[in-house]
Amino acid sequence: MSSPNAAYPDTPQTEDKPPKRHEWPLWEVFIRGQHGLSHRHVGSLHAPDAEMAIKNARDVYTRRNEGVSIWVVEANDITASSPSDKGPLYEPSESKVYRHPTFFDIPDEVGAM
Amino acid sequence: MTRDEAFFQFLLRMGDNTLILGHRVSEWCGHAPVLEEDIALANTALDLIGQTQMWLGLAGEVQGEGKSADDLAFLRDAWDFRNVLLVEMPNGDFGRTLMRQFLFDAWHSIMLTRLRDSKDARVAAIAEKAGKEVTYHLERSGDTVIGLGDGTDESHARMQEALDYLWPYVGEMFEGDAVDAEMAEAGIAPDPSGLRADYDALVGRVLAKATLTIPDSRFAHKGGRNGRMHTEHLGHLLTQMQWLQRAYPGATW
Amino acid sequence: MYAQMIKSEATKDDPEKLVAFQARIDADEKIEPKDWMPEGYRKTLIRQIGQHAHSEIVGQLPEGNWITRAPTLERKAILLAKVQDEAGHGLYLYCAAETLGVSRDELTEMLLDGRMKYSSIFNYPTLNWADIGAVGWLVDGAAIMNQVPLQRTSFGPYSRAMIRICKEESFHQRQGYDAIRKMAEGTPEQKKMAQDALNRFWYPSLMMFGPSDKDSVHSEQSMAWKIKINTNDELRQKFVDQTVPQAEYLGLTIPDPDLKWNEESGHYDFSEPDWSEFFDVIKGNGPCNVDRLAARNKAWDDGKWVRDGLLAHAQKRKAAKVAAE
Repeated sequence: MSSPNAAYPDTPQTEDKPPKRHEWPLWEVFIRGQHGLSHRHVGSLHAPDAEMAIKNARDVYTRRNEGVSIWVVEANDITASSPSDKGPLYEPSESKVYRHPTFFDIPDEVGAM
Repeated sequence: MTRDEAFFQFLLRMGDNTLILGHRVSEWCGHAPVLEEDIALANTALDLIGQTQMWLGLAGEVQGEGKSADDLAFLRDAWDFRNVLLVEMPNGDFGRTLMRQFLFDAWHSIMLTRLRDSKDARVAAIAEKAGKEVTYHLERSGDTVIGLGDGTDESHARMQEALDYLWPYVGEMFEGDAVDAEMAEAGIAPDPSGLRADYDALVGRVLAKATLTIPDSRFAHKGGRNGRMHTEHLGHLLTQMQWLQRAYPGATW
Repeated sequence: MYAQMIKSEATKDDPEKLVAFQARIDADEKIEPKDWMPEGYRKTLIRQIGQHAHSEIVGQLPEGNWITRAPTLERKAILLAKVQDEAGHGLYLYCAAETLGVSRDELTEMLLDGRMKYSSIFNYPTLNWADIGAVGWLVDGAAIMNQVPLQRTSFGPYSRAMIRICKEESFHQRQGYDAIRKMAEGTPEQKKMAQDALNRFWYPSLMMFGPSDKDSVHSEQSMAWKIKINTNDELRQKFVDQTVPQAEYLGLTIPDPDLKWNEESGHYDFSEPDWSEFFDVIKGNGPCNVDRLAARNKAWDDGKWVRDGLLAHAQKRKAAKVAAE
């Protein structure tokens, strides 16, 4: 069963309905669109195992030649930050504006940087 | 038989195989066991239709009567088709469809690999493009045959039934005749009987992983690739496929 | 009935959270799966995304009906690619719904036993080859009209699925128009097929936008939540305005004697579809309802051994791997 921090809320199980073991697990798909770019989440799909998930990803998500490399990971294995952490996790970096290049004024004379 | 006549026959054999199998696989669209398989089967069918356009397009060129790939696909009757019987066998259940696909893909991939060395540059170019697609088809159908063969008791039984049913149609793919001899001599295509050893090794490996037993018999139904005797199924397939072109001759679509 | 359920669910929600939630929507923030959301929002989305997904899947059938009879190799490939895209779109949408805590198999079962609906349009038959053109031109045209604004919907996964779908959908309408254009410009028989297709698909396409908003139970709340962006009537009018000149270009006649340009409003006036027919189709009495559901049920039932078999194999391999470690 997925942990409380899995990416999605658990499928609600009612008393009279046993967990559905026959269902193919859900996989998240990441595709590198071009050489040199990083993998990007493109969507999800179902597959019995990782190998078939890769193949399904090829068939489902690269129908228009969108990819050069595919990663898949079972959705249940993803640990996600919880929304209430949003403040503590991300706000500190918001104040570190110097991390962004446009923070700095560079004299035109020195050229591109 | 001139060399061009033999060449034309060879190209029809390649193109009719992909045409008829592509048609069969496309029958699944919207009816597959799970969405991901539906999409994958459609990709296979699309590849096969694209290959048909290349093979039959070249066939029309070699024939020299001004016929397009569409003319050849939609305006020939059953006796002029040159596909092996295997590909015209009805889909049956998903297991039979995937077994048929695997048994054909294995032959197809070996054949296309050889054809990359064809002395005819056009054949080599088609084989190059089609070969990449078929490598993937084989990987996918092989894995699915293994998964289902090794899966549950029911899936195992169904896959064994599919193999038993289709095995007698395997032999035809390796039957050589005068056309093949002519092609081999011209360096355009290999003699099919020379592909059998590689095929047996490949198919044996996959079916062993699938825990399936290859039938003992080497008996082969034949008559498709020379047009002498197709199965009853082909006529019904053509009735659907060719209907519009036949009912409204001369119309453009 | 459903609207009532949403209301009673909503009363259980913390009023303070509800206010904060609405403020986020009003500020055009996207709601993500793990964010707090009212139970009514979650349920409405599951219903809407699920029905949308079901429509894509059932929508494969009327067009799939012609794949084996397509008149040229190129038309066959185009149609197959198009119907395959519908399966892909269904898949994206099911995945979006799954982020709300319902599984794809559960949604599928609700479609198959009739608890969930799909678009009424797919209960009409495709009878001649021009229907394939008409479906792309009119049905996809109407669908796109609905889907483009939904790219801005408030629920993140739904919005992202719609962006992907819209990107792929643009080819669908074009191929349909191209196919019917060939017919309209073709032989007298082909032209007859094209007109026949338009005659049968015109009113069902207008119905796709749903009943007038004044009769629609879900509209107001859904618009406040930005699950729905435009009213049904706005979209229907936009569709008519866009489609009439396209039909004129083809030399085809829209089967509505009262259709005319209204200088004052700057729109076409047109006849309402027969809404009693619409409600009949929704109730299960369309020309193809029974066959469509039977086909989906058969695919699902016949496929069970395949899904189970591949999963069993995957589990065996996993167990063997663990044992080896």
